[in-house]
Amino acid sequence: MMTAIPSGNNRQTTVEAWKDPSQEPYIRLENVTKKFGDFTAVDNISLDIFKSEFFSLLGPSGCGKTTLLRMLAGFEQPTSGRILLDGEDMSKVPPYLRPVNMMFQSYALFPHMNVEKNIAFGLKQDGVPSPEIKTRVDEVISMVQLEQFAKRKPHQLSGGQRQRVALARSLVKKPKMLLLDEPLGALDKKLRTRTQFELMNIQEETGITFVIVTHDQEEAMTVSSRIAVMDHGRIIQTATPTEIYEVPNSRYVANFLGEVNIFEGRVAENARDHVLIQSQEAGCTIRADHGIDAADGATVWVAVRPEKMYINLEAPDDPNTNCMTGQVWDIGYLGNLSIYHIKLDSGTMVTMARTNKERVVERKITWDDRVYVTWAPDAGVVLLS
Amino acid sequence: MVDSTQFISGAIAQTGRIAGLHARLMLIPPYRWLANLRPLPIGRTLLFALILFFAAWSLPGLWPLWLVLAILLAGVAVTGRGAVIALPYAWLLAFFLSPFLIVLKISFAEIASAIPPYTPLFEILWDMEIEEAYLSVKLNIYNYLFLLEDDLYINSYLSSLQIASVSTFLTLLVGYPIAYGMVRAPVQYRTMLLMMVILPFWTSFLIRVYAWIGILKKEGLLNLALMSTGIIDEPLTILNTDTAVYIGIIYSYLPFMVLPLYATLEKMDESLLEAAADLGCHPLKAFWVVTLPLSLPGIVAGCFLVFIPAVGEFVIPDLLGGSETIMIGKTLWAEFFNNRDWPVSSAVAVILLLLLIVPIVAFQRMQENNAKKEA
Ligand SMILES: Nc1ncnc2c1ncn2[C@@H]1O[C@H](COP(=O)(O)OP(=O)(O)OP(=O)(O)O)[C@@H](O)[C@H]1O
Ligand SMILES: [Mg+2]
Repeated sequence: MMTAIPSGNNRQTTVEAWKDPSQEPYIRLENVTKKFGDFTAVDNISLDIFKSEFFSLLGPSGCGKTTLLRMLAGFEQPTSGRILLDGEDMSKVPPYLRPVNMMFQSYALFPHMNVEKNIAFGLKQDGVPSPEIKTRVDEVISMVQLEQFAKRKPHQLSGGQRQRVALARSLVKKPKMLLLDEPLGALDKKLRTRTQFELMNIQEETGITFVIVTHDQEEAMTVSSRIAVMDHGRIIQTATPTEIYEVPNSRYVANFLGEVNIFEGRVAENARDHVLIQSQEAGCTIRADHGIDAADGATVWVAVRPEKMYINLEAPDDPNTNCMTGQVWDIGYLGNLSIYHIKLDSGTMVTMARTNKERVVERKITWDDRVYVTWAPDAGVVLLS
Repeated sequence: MVDSTQFISGAIAQTGRIAGLHARLMLIPPYRWLANLRPLPIGRTLLFALILFFAAWSLPGLWPLWLVLAILLAGVAVTGRGAVIALPYAWLLAFFLSPFLIVLKISFAEIASAIPPYTPLFEILWDMEIEEAYLSVKLNIYNYLFLLEDDLYINSYLSSLQIASVSTFLTLLVGYPIAYGMVRAPVQYRTMLLMMVILPFWTSFLIRVYAWIGILKKEGLLNLALMSTGIIDEPLTILNTDTAVYIGIIYSYLPFMVLPLYATLEKMDESLLEAAADLGCHPLKAFWVVTLPLSLPGIVAGCFLVFIPAVGEFVIPDLLGGSETIMIGKTLWAEFFNNRDWPVSSAVAVILLLLLIVPIVAFQRMQENNAKKEA
């Protein structure tokens, strides 16, 4: 399975445009704020999205993702700040003139039209000749596997089928930019994976800029060129999936994507190429192989992913390796992985993952064993917030 | 014939006995038909009730037939589903069917100088010579033929239908923007706007129509306003013309148009218009391709609610219309109160009802279809 899913950052088409200062962004948000009464839904966001990017917005419910998309589509005007599309200020451009299609979180399918008519609606508005409409509609209908349902009205469809109609309706126009608000949430895993591929194919073939909202981190990791993690109307971090996962900039981001162990501590020694952190929670001094921007004695946090830790029955040889001691508290068997919960001597619980390379019957480390939990100095990341 | 005492004792007894009774009654076809009644087989119910009613009304000795009818309805009510169905049917029977059947009966009578001023339909006569009693049934269809003979009636019907259709259409034109505006208004104003639409009902209908006389007459408010602003030099003649009738109908029935329209428009999801705009559809076009089709049920309901009473309208053409404004309501009134010809005026009423039944049935069919589509 793992080989079948290409990781977004591996893909050739995604030139890392955001690292090239000569590149003009396709969408530019300048200090965009949106208030509903006293409530700030989007809080001073500045963001550049480049042509042909597959950009994901990730964040908890109510953090302002939909509001951000609605501003891009033109349904909401920013309270302050500017939105530029291809260098042009969008504030005066009404939604029906923007080269943007949005897939609504609520689908917003026309109840009086059948699936076919719903999908054809946008093409009709552009005056596309009807034979072409027919072929293009049929094409997307088969892409989302709705052939048998083409003549049905939306209320005769299941939730997942409706979602696919909404997706097809936004895809069929092949606009310059597609805004997809949780496009695959109601689909089963197989169909979702398939549709993810289809979306990536479309993106590669047509160069459409995608901005997608998702609650599924795996999906975000799979499809995105970059991910923005949001909280309370702000963007906390914008980076490639790898960076977001490996080098989160805060505990919030580290916690939001995947499992992580976080140890609070104080800076004991801060050099250019390493830092030592005295941590009571870990019960040891932690060594990290990168300098940080913090004074001695400052409180910092060390984040270590479960799969980057090892457990051993013996103490490690290398004195630089971070090492904690504890007792196996619980083991969860997930098939390919086993999840170990280890209670450190300091009282902190640590989660670590181990691939099941050997058969479980031969498991060397088991419940209540006293173990050494180790990780390399370059495996963790020191967080300042 | 069902023994009424048996039913009553059955009704008093426990449900078990009622169920037993129900089982036995199911052997009797009319009861079985009624018990198997599904919602809206209107034709069959009408026919059945019609026959029963005629018998009961015409032969005073046959009042138990009423009881039978009640028993059958109650029997329908005993079956679980029937209870729900029986109530609207009982309502229909009491307040629609009974008066209609009375009118229908009179329409087949002959005018007479009596109280009431028509001949009875059924009479039990005693023939002295052969010493036998016989039942005389006299159905006089001349009243209906008479309606065809005199142009007045046909013209009244046609003119009523025309005035009602035109004013229904105009009411729709006026009512739709009002309903649309109400739906688009900020939420906190909507209740108030709704109140304002209903508010005129708090004054007597008659007084409101009289008020229009004051507005529309030659030296009325409208002419005064138009002349003082210099838009016209001569006062307009509006009162006692068809125009005044249109104004009166539109004004009086506007709430019946606005309320169903408001109800359907309010249900409409605003994001549909956003979706249309997103797909490149100009808002004006989106109104035609999205809003209007989705508000069709409201349009149909509103049109029926205006059209049906407008056809039979009497007060408005009488007070605001002129002598050349003929509407069936006025004709009927004249027939009934001036000529005291109850049978002919009843025939006028029956034909009017038949003319209206057609759109009502069409409307119900449509709603049924809609309900089926929803399911
Ligand atoms: N029209 C509005 N009026 C007032 N508040 C609003 C409005 N639209 C959104 N909000 C508020 O703004 C915040 C952000 O909403 P938004 O729909 O953007 O969230 P989201 O990130 O898309 O959440 P979810 O993942 O649940 O879809 C929410 O707290 C919401 O209550
Ligand atoms: Mg949302």
